[in-house]
Amino acid sequence: MNRSFRAAAVVVAIACAIVAGCESRSTAPTSSKPIEIKQVTITGASTLAPLLSEIAKRFEKENPSIRIDVQTGGSSRGVSDTRSGLVDIGMVSRDLKSDEGDLQRFKIARDGVCLIVHKDNPVPSLSREQIVSIYTGGIRNWKDVGGVDSPITVVNKAEGRSTLEVFTGHFKIDSRKIHADVVIGDNEQGVKTVAGNPLAIGYVSIGTAEYDRESGIPIRLLPLEGIEASVKNVANGTFPMSRTLHLVTKSEPQGAVKEVVEFATSPKVHDLVRGLSFVPIE
Amino acid sequence: MFQSNKDRLLTALVIGMAAIAGSIVVIIAIFVVKESIPAMTHIGGSRFLTDESWHPADDAPRGQFNLLPILLGTVLSSMGAICVAAPLGVLSAVFCQFYAPLRVARWYRMIIELMAGVPSVVFGLWGLVVLVPIVASIHPPGQSLFTGIIILTLMILPTVVLLTDAAFSSVSHSYRQGAAALGLSRATTVLSVMIPAAWSGIVTAVLLGLVRALGETMAVVMVCGNVVRLPKGLFDPVRTLTGTIALEMGYARGDHRASLFFCGMVLLILVAVLVASIEIANRRGRHDTT
Repeated sequence: MNRSFRAAAVVVAIACAIVAGCESRSTAPTSSKPIEIKQVTITGASTLAPLLSEIAKRFEKENPSIRIDVQTGGSSRGVSDTRSGLVDIGMVSRDLKSDEGDLQRFKIARDGVCLIVHKDNPVPSLSREQIVSIYTGGIRNWKDVGGVDSPITVVNKAEGRSTLEVFTGHFKIDSRKIHADVVIGDNEQGVKTVAGNPLAIGYVSIGTAEYDRESGIPIRLLPLEGIEASVKNVANGTFPMSRTLHLVTKSEPQGAVKEVVEFATSPKVHDLVRGLSFVPIE
Repeated sequence: MFQSNKDRLLTALVIGMAAIAGSIVVIIAIFVVKESIPAMTHIGGSRFLTDESWHPADDAPRGQFNLLPILLGTVLSSMGAICVAAPLGVLSAVFCQFYAPLRVARWYRMIIELMAGVPSVVFGLWGLVVLVPIVASIHPPGQSLFTGIIILTLMILPTVVLLTDAAFSSVSHSYRQGAAALGLSRATTVLSVMIPAAWSGIVTAVLLGLVRALGETMAVVMVCGNVVRLPKGLFDPVRTLTGTIALEMGYARGDHRASLFFCGMVLLILVAVLVASIEIANRRGRHDTT
């Protein structure tokens, strides 16, 4: 019996060694390789992190000698870490402030958010004040904005989502004051929720909304300040609830960093940009 | 003490595999607790009950971390589901064991097994596009505690039925023969002989159903509405612990992230308590029958 326990201990030890071995191989891949591998580090906005991770994967496949490490910490950290030289590239999901002019900036994509209602909802459009009032619990019935006499179902995004940030930033609403009836995660869930409830109003990424409407899902994109909500108007910058997503570097990019920035802003990644419902910059 | 090489090898393999499986659970538990420590030191345990609301995106000083509505949402939806699924499931198993003709019972069992295999996201999608609009026409917005309870009931029903059915099957055949020899009616056999004999198995079935309801995520996120507010009625939206983690983890960092791990730890504790109750129920059951 004793011997079999000892044998068992050996099996466990080997298994642990295998597990540990796998882990160390994946975390420190560059240390023992004879070929020189350049490392490019990126940090910043969590909005951009999924896109940059996808871009990094494709880039590494084409350039095996360069490794890209994508981390997040918010736009401001992206700016400060790039400025201090802690990382090579920063991701910034807002417009750059006036005191951030020392950084090199590269437009990578645009992101637009629009309000959606069910196709059968007769309300043609809503004013800024009406939208704010609906989301903060002032207006609770569609008849107050020219619709049917039924309560409004307010669909909001979960804490921390970037669409929520764009929405509250544009309408200057404190996210704590929002009175929601349904809270959703991603854009698709928002579209399905509104499509299944003729009394609902929600906001989602324009890319997703337009694609879903074209594929026959019964939703309508509300215009904002008289401007039609479309990918085209986000791309040309006329749609008001939108923003440009940037990469920033400390100085004119060189070598591996330059290659990464050029790749990330090239048409080669437009499909990835669209895949995450952003709008590519032509 | 005679052991062949084959014997030793198999023993070693079995012990080794069991050790790996067991240690994975322990490692995950340690990890979850470790990651939630910042939440407890920065935010402090009491703020999870006394804060004004759930707005964890800002760090500890400014953020609001009231977990109470989420905890209540979790408990209400799971308990609601088990309250419906337990009688439905146990009586279905009784039908399957004692009332259905053999062929019907076989088919019935197969249908329930099929139901057990439906992925939760399919239930969620069905709930969102079919059930929610129906509930919304009765009482908007449709995504509510009520809808969540219906979906969860459907999901845990197979667990309760199949485990109860197995519990009945494992009762010694002599009980049934004895009851028949005494000339007891079918109702008396079921109520006074079989159900008491299988009681610990039935309790286990119901508690495992409850565990599954507590852990369910995707379907719940799609149909419950996810608003962090104390529900005033059956048709108000609720948020669950699992739903909170799924909805917010992609964007959480710092204290927000730690508070999500705290949610995970609370869930682990809830489940641990249930598993302990199952163990107690089983031990009682063993005492009764021996």
